[in-house]
Amino acid sequence: MALSHLASSSSRSNLLKPLSALSLRRPISSAAADDSRTITIETSVPFTAHQCDAPSRSVDTNPKELLSFFRDMATMRRMEIAADSLYKAKLIRGFCHLYDGQEAVAVGMEAAITKKDSIITAYRDHCTFLGRGGTLLEIFSELMGRQAGCSRGKGGSMHFYKKEAGFFGGHGIVGAQVPLGCGLAFAQKYSKDGTVSFALYGDGAANQGQLFEALNISALWDLPAILVCENNHYGMGTAEWRAAKSPSYYKRGDYVPGLKVDGMDVLAVKQACKFAKEHALKNGPIILEMDTYRYHGHSMSDPGSTYRTRDEITGVRQERDPVERVRKLVLSHDLATEKELKDMEKEIRKQVDEAIAQAKESPMPDPSELFTNVYAKGYGVEAFGADRKEVRAVLP
Amino acid sequence: MANVLQGVGAATALSATKSIDSRKFHLPSRRSLSERKGSFLVVRSDGRRIQGSRARRAEQLITSAVATKADSSAASTASKPGHELLLFEALREGLEEEMDRDPHVCVMGEDVGHYGGSYKVTRGLADKYGDLRVLDTPIAENSFTGMGIGAAMTGLRPIVEGMNMGFLLLAFNQISNNCGMLHYTSGGQFKIPIVIRGPGGVGRQLGAEHSQRLESYFQSIPGIQMVACSTPYNAKGLMKAAIRSENPVILFEHVLLYNLKERIPDEEYICSLEEAEMVRPGEHVTILTYSRMRYHVMQAAKTLVNKGYDPEVIDIRSLKPFDLYTIGNSVKKTHRVLIVEECMRTGGIGASLTAAITENFHDYLDAPVVCLSSQDVPTPYAGTLEEWTVVQPAQIVTAVEKLCQ
Repeated sequence: MALSHLASSSSRSNLLKPLSALSLRRPISSAAADDSRTITIETSVPFTAHQCDAPSRSVDTNPKELLSFFRDMATMRRMEIAADSLYKAKLIRGFCHLYDGQEAVAVGMEAAITKKDSIITAYRDHCTFLGRGGTLLEIFSELMGRQAGCSRGKGGSMHFYKKEAGFFGGHGIVGAQVPLGCGLAFAQKYSKDGTVSFALYGDGAANQGQLFEALNISALWDLPAILVCENNHYGMGTAEWRAAKSPSYYKRGDYVPGLKVDGMDVLAVKQACKFAKEHALKNGPIILEMDTYRYHGHSMSDPGSTYRTRDEITGVRQERDPVERVRKLVLSHDLATEKELKDMEKEIRKQVDEAIAQAKESPMPDPSELFTNVYAKGYGVEAFGADRKEVRAVLP
Repeated sequence: MANVLQGVGAATALSATKSIDSRKFHLPSRRSLSERKGSFLVVRSDGRRIQGSRARRAEQLITSAVATKADSSAASTASKPGHELLLFEALREGLEEEMDRDPHVCVMGEDVGHYGGSYKVTRGLADKYGDLRVLDTPIAENSFTGMGIGAAMTGLRPIVEGMNMGFLLLAFNQISNNCGMLHYTSGGQFKIPIVIRGPGGVGRQLGAEHSQRLESYFQSIPGIQMVACSTPYNAKGLMKAAIRSENPVILFEHVLLYNLKERIPDEEYICSLEEAEMVRPGEHVTILTYSRMRYHVMQAAKTLVNKGYDPEVIDIRSLKPFDLYTIGNSVKKTHRVLIVEECMRTGGIGASLTAAITENFHDYLDAPVVCLSSQDVPTPYAGTLEEWTVVQPAQIVTAVEKLCQ
C-alpha cells in the first residue's frame, strides 16, 4: 500500500525546472547578498483537502532557508544513524525509536512556526527535539543516561523535553500526548497569546479513542490545536490497512478539516504547517496527515523487515528520500556545489562524533538524583533504598 | 433512596446517621466550645439528582444557616466568630477565593458550569467567571484529564472534577504517567500544579460502580499527593492548599459528607497538605482514620469513653505521604494502634499505613497494629448488605476493647 505512493510521486520534472534566471555558480560563502531572494518551488504532489480549501502548491523559499533545510536534515540523519551504532554498542539501552526518513516533517514544521508555538509528540522525538533547539550533546547524553542530558538522564529516549523552546515531549504511551497537546492549545487560548499547538501522533495512535475525545473538545471550544498524523504506514509491525478501516487519517476528524501532505517534501510540510497555523487561530482545530516513511524498524529491537520488503525500503529511499530531494533542489538552483554539500556533511559528521565523545565523558547521575524532582516542593519525607540502610534521602 | 435527617439527638436504625457535633472533638484552642446549642448536623444522603422539594429545602437550609440562624438561638451563635456553612459550600468558598486570587485557576469537569456541579460545589461560578474558566466538558474523562495536565504544563492551574471518583479510572493512564511522572522524567522542567477532586466512597445504596474508593489505586503513583477532607473546615483549607501547591494533588471528598455543617473562620486560612489532624487527644489507644470513618470513630469514641477508655483519634488527612511525625508521636504515647478506614482490606490505605507504622515504630508497639477496613467485595445495593461492607461503630468498640486487654 505504501508502494502506491511511489507511483504518484514520479512527476518530479517540476522540481528540476530551474525558476531562477541566475545560473552563475557561486560558492555558498559569498552568496550572502542573495540569501533572501525568493525562490518559488512547486511541491511534488498537490495537497488533498477535507472540509477546507487546500493551500497553493507553490511554496516561497530562499537560498538561506534551503541550505538550512539541508544542514538540519543531514544533521538529523547522521544523528539517528549514530544512535543506531551506539545502541548496538550497548551504550543506549531500552527503547530507541529512530526518525530517519521522516526528517522533513520536523524541519518543515519548524520553518513555519516560532518557538512560542508548542510541539508535543510521542516517543520518536529525537529529531523534533533537535529542531526545537536542542543540542547534540543534550541528545546523546540523555540517550546514554548521563547528567548532561536534557532530562538529566532520568527520562531516556522517550522523554525529551525543552520547556523554554515550547517542546513538551517525549511520551511513551501511544496516543496519550494528544489530549496533552489539546490542553496546551487550551492554555494558549486562555492566555490569548496567538500561538498554536502541534500535537503529533502516528498512524498507530490514530485509532486511540482519547484522540477523538480530545478532538471533539477542541472543536467545541475552538482551540488552536493542530493534530499532525505522521503516517509512516506501519504501527510497529502492523500495516495501516490492517489496523484502520479508513486509512484516510486526514478525513477521520469528520467535522474537523484535514489536509493530506507529502511528508517527504520539506517545502510541502512548511506550506501545510503555515496554512494550518493560520487556520487554527481563526477556525479551531485542523488535522494534517503527513505521508512519510521510516527506514528503520519501529525501534532498535525491531529489524523492520518482517512486515515489509527490503525492496520497498530501498525503493522509497531512492525515489522519495527527503535529504536527497533538498540536495537536488540546492544543486539545480546553483545554491552550492556538490563538493560544498559533501563538505557540509563531513562537518556534520564531525560535529556528531564530537558530541558523542563529549557525552560519553558526562558522568552518570548521582545516586541522590534518584529522589530529586519527584515532588516540586520538599516537605521532609524520608525515602529509603530497598534495605532501608544504603540509600537514604529526604524527598526534595 | 435519599433520607433527610435533622436535629439534635435524632436516632435512627442506620447508625451512621446519628447527629454528631463535629466541633466537639476539636482541640479547644481552635474555637470556643462554650455554646453548643443551636448547631446541628445534617447528614443527608443524596443521589445525583436532588428532587424538587428537597432542593428547595436545601435552599432554605443554606440561607437560614447564614442569615437568620440567629432566630433559633439568638445570642449564642450571633456572638461567635466565623460563619456556618455546609461542606460543599466550604469547598466552593475555597475554590472561589482561589479563583479570585489567581487568574490562572480554572475548573473543568462534567456539569460543573451551567448545571452548577452535581454536588453543587461549583454552583454560581460559571456565571461569575465565564465559560473559559469554568468549563463544561463532554463525558470524556481520559481526554479532559489529559487536557488539564497539558494546560498545567504551561502554567495554568486547572481543577479537574471527576463527577464520581470512580469515573477517573478511565483517566488512570493520564493521572499515573503524565500527571505523576512528568516532573521527574523531564528532569524538573515541568511542574504540574493540577488538582483532581471528586466524591468517592460508599454512599447510600449507589451500587458497586459508584461506591469506589480510589485512594487505594492511586497511592502507588509516584509524584502525586493525596488528601482526604472530612469537615467543612479542613475541606476549605485543603482545597486552597491543593490549588496553591506546585504538585499534583488528588483531593478525595466523600458523597455522604457534603451536607455537614460547621462554623468556620471568616479570615483566610489554609490547612497543610501533609499534616494529620488531632481530633481527640487520649492515652490508651491511637485510632487513625480519615474521611467518613472519622464520624464512625467518634461515635464509637463516645461509647468507649463511657466504658472508661481514653482513645486518641487522629484524622490522618494526608493519604500520601503519611504524616508519620504526628502518628509517630501518638504511637510513642499510647503504644496501641487501630486503623479504621473505608478502603478495601487488600491493598488499601490501611494496609500501607500498617506497614509504615510497623516498620518505623515497631519498638513502641505493645500489640500488633489492628486495621479495620471494608470487605473485599463490590458494594451491594441492598441497604443491609451495604451496611456490613463498611466498618460500623460497634466493631470499632469491640476492636478497641480487644486491643486494650
